[in-house]
Amino acid sequence: MGPTPSLTRRGALGAALGLAVLPWSALAQEEALAAAIREQVGDAVPEEGGIALRVPAVAENGGQVPLGIVVESPQTQAQHVAAIHVFATRNPTPGVASFRLTPLLPRAEVQTRIRLAEDQRVVVLAQMSDGSVRRAVAEIRVATGGCLS
Amino acid sequence: MSGSLSTPRIRIPRQVRAGEVFEIRTLIEHPMETGLRQDGSRTVPRDLLNRLVVRVNGEVALQAELRNGTSPNPFHVFFLRLERNSEIEFAWTDERGRVARTTARVTVA
Repeated sequence: MGPTPSLTRRGALGAALGLAVLPWSALAQEEALAAAIREQVGDAVPEEGGIALRVPAVAENGGQVPLGIVVESPQTQAQHVAAIHVFATRNPTPGVASFRLTPLLPRAEVQTRIRLAEDQRVVVLAQMSDGSVRRAVAEIRVATGGCLS
Repeated sequence: MSGSLSTPRIRIPRQVRAGEVFEIRTLIEHPMETGLRQDGSRTVPRDLLNRLVVRVNGEVALQAELRNGTSPNPFHVFFLRLERNSEIEFAWTDERGRVARTTARVTVA
């Protein structure tokens, strides 16, 4: 009954592959995160830098965590940010939002509020109009989780 | 949930100078239920806004795809620059296809 047998199998598989250091749930989260990222940017290899993230170090309320993203970009027709993708690494599902930008926006800047279930890293990917991808990561501690309560 | 989506709130200047970069803030009341939350023994059904589209004089300027990690009462801030009087349209869509739409006119001095 229930998911227990498959968890045991996953544990056994993880152990067989030498991944026993990760508990099954962390492994499943890593897989879900990788799949969500692949869905948005394919196999592009991101470069670090060129993105400023504005987040609190500690979020009192995980249900409403302010997130500000600024990508360095001239925002011209020839050179602009095509998309910004936000992922939460330790939420029940990693997808937060994707923003499709155009050169009509003079700044590649978006602010929003996100849900975080627990302490985790937030991963932001920016897809540039030339196809390159940039990445920035913020570590946020969460006092009260904001997903399941 | 049934009926229509709630009326969005937009903060946008009525008048700007040509070429000036200005801020737009948007908020729409919505529970953004993921379908994962338990209320006692009952699972609260999924009810999610999944899209925000901002058009300037009919042309898409910004499109947001919202997922589980977007907070209830989705709030967004972004920036625009205009060269002429413009109509800005904001449209949120939920997973059942319902739309909340509002427009703002901005005069360029």
